[in-house]
Amino acid sequence: MAKEEDLFVPRQVTTEENFAPGHRACIGCGEALAVRYVCKALGKNVIIVSATGCIEIFSSLLPQTSWQMAWIHTLFENVAAVMSGIESAYKVRVRKGKIADKNVKFVGFGGDGATTDIGLQALSGAMERGHDFLYVCYDNEAYMNTGIQRSSSTPYGAWTTTAPVGKKSSIGQVTWKKNMPEIAVAHNIPYVATACPSYPLDLMAKVKRGAEMDGPAYIQIFSICPTGWRCPTDITIELGRLAVETGVFPLYEVINGEYNLSVDLPDLKPIREYLKKQGRFKHLNDDNIATIQTRVEEDYVKLREKVKR
Amino acid sequence: MTKGKIVGLEGSFAVAEAVRMANTDVISAYPITPQTHIVERLSEMVADGDLDADFICVESEHSAMSACVGASAAGARVFTCSAGQGLELMHEVLYIPSSMRLPVVAVAANRALSAPLSVWCDHSDVMALRDISWVQMFAENNQQAFDLTTCAFRIAEDKDVLFPTMVHIDGFYLSHVIEDMVLPEEEEVAGFIPDYKHPFVLDPDKPVSMGCYGPPFIYSETKKAQDVAFDNTRPRIQEIWDEFGELFGRQYLPVESYKMEGARVALVTMGSCSETAMLAVDELRAAGVDVGLIRLRLWRPFPFKELREAVKDLDLLVVLDRAISFGMGGPVCSELKSALYNKREDLKIVGFIGGLGGRDIQISEFKYMVTQAQEKVKAIERGKEVETVIIGVREGGGR
Repeated sequence: MAKEEDLFVPRQVTTEENFAPGHRACIGCGEALAVRYVCKALGKNVIIVSATGCIEIFSSLLPQTSWQMAWIHTLFENVAAVMSGIESAYKVRVRKGKIADKNVKFVGFGGDGATTDIGLQALSGAMERGHDFLYVCYDNEAYMNTGIQRSSSTPYGAWTTTAPVGKKSSIGQVTWKKNMPEIAVAHNIPYVATACPSYPLDLMAKVKRGAEMDGPAYIQIFSICPTGWRCPTDITIELGRLAVETGVFPLYEVINGEYNLSVDLPDLKPIREYLKKQGRFKHLNDDNIATIQTRVEEDYVKLREKVKR
Repeated sequence: MTKGKIVGLEGSFAVAEAVRMANTDVISAYPITPQTHIVERLSEMVADGDLDADFICVESEHSAMSACVGASAAGARVFTCSAGQGLELMHEVLYIPSSMRLPVVAVAANRALSAPLSVWCDHSDVMALRDISWVQMFAENNQQAFDLTTCAFRIAEDKDVLFPTMVHIDGFYLSHVIEDMVLPEEEEVAGFIPDYKHPFVLDPDKPVSMGCYGPPFIYSETKKAQDVAFDNTRPRIQEIWDEFGELFGRQYLPVESYKMEGARVALVTMGSCSETAMLAVDELRAAGVDVGLIRLRLWRPFPFKELREAVKDLDLLVVLDRAISFGMGGPVCSELKSALYNKREDLKIVGFIGGLGGRDIQISEFKYMVTQAQEKVKAIERGKEVETVIIGVREGGGR
């Protein structure tokens, strides 16, 4: 369970904005909110590597920048590799006495496409090699920057422009969301967590823990995208809470292989409450919803079984 | 004049020695034939403590160059090496350090491209890298592999250059061949390559944003700036080579020649086959043919001025390409024609393709090229179309 102070002491959070306002994210963007919280939690003693994607586009239009900290973007699929080089360079330069060791943190940002699809190899390599870094995946469940195309993180039944709801039998995405946190856990890294900006203090506590951990850390942040999910822009926080309360996106931590649920819910809300608020699921019939309900419950049971009681 | 000691070294080991003497901070590379001996030797040096560097054993060439970009942006002296398919896989990333002015140093052990699979030497991989805005140069032997790799660190990191630099060594012909060469004293090399300090690095105390995106209102300006800066590297490259020449007694030039006195015809080569071509020139000269040899040392930025100077008294250039630009002919030949058009309209340029996928090019073939080219000139003068010929190829189904 999350510690009480993590959940209920907002005054501990810095009023400093390390991710400056004035960026170009859409109204109601859960990802921009998550970036803001992550940057508050990280502070300035950090080097950030961003993948190509929404974050990079809405924050770094030449000659302006929203980043108050050292930041680099190069390509779509190579965040973890660029990070490896930066971390390695820092370590060597400290060892050779060229710079002082100031306990700098190295943090990678990628969307779900950059993480679970095109950048998975580079991320797997960096986790396997054991670089000391935190990787944050902002999971908005599709390629939103290019206009809502499906990724391997898109949930079953969701409409996207490349998994459209066809006139015949198609229901949109026909595969189940890739379980990226489990893939990270399988690399035997010291820290894996899920978070959601609807639970900001939990999110920031996890970012701090992940950044402090020696070795690779992975956090997947559920990032509501009103533009791509076809939902009102003023329900971002509500939708994030529903994702957690229905079991669609459980919040948990895996510290050195030990699972802990951050929010444990004995009774999940019906999935329908979450789905019906989003245009991307509006075509689903009762049978489709029942299929998703069953799968979500099964996955939640499996997750709870991993938690030592 | 030359200092240091004479040793027998494989080309790959010569490169590794240059990387070690440069006190490189980070090496990030993925093994690929015929580059493997370089990464193996460097791994040994790091494991033995002879080189205080981090060797990042990445999971692909794409990540190899990406890690180099990150390490260079964080202020480290960085090296990688690859070949053929590996350079193709890292191709997307190669544009990043040049556009972001990060002085990564790389060695390419030149290799053919699939399919069919071939691990052997040609310049197909080089030709796919023409537009990446890296300083690129060719070595002809192991001494040059060492010297040019050493110079590459100086050139790349020079504040008036700050472009990544790549040294091409022919796969197997240099990478796997042991030759005698002069290995300079470490202190001399250390004196030649000062500590590296990039003006902008990723530093939390002085935060910068690197790699912002450029919409149409600013992209052209960034590319113009890059193009001007890249063009302006030429004098610095020569000055650094001059300085190397003074210290170590081996002088390098963007365009180098061999027996060009009184020549009316010249062969043009790049890389290890230049030495074979020299022997062919010796034999042709002995037979009374007024032929010389032009070797392109600096491939990018292209040495227009030096090339035009080298050809000013010639009637005929005979160009060997170790790659095919399909549907176009030999890429080097095309570039020479482009570089000399409007300058020497009376100069005839005839191209041959050879040495593909590790096929040896022999002295007799260079001699054949020269005589054939003279025949082709006659055909051109009669108004005939002249095809690019692939030398040494079997045709007509005979085995």
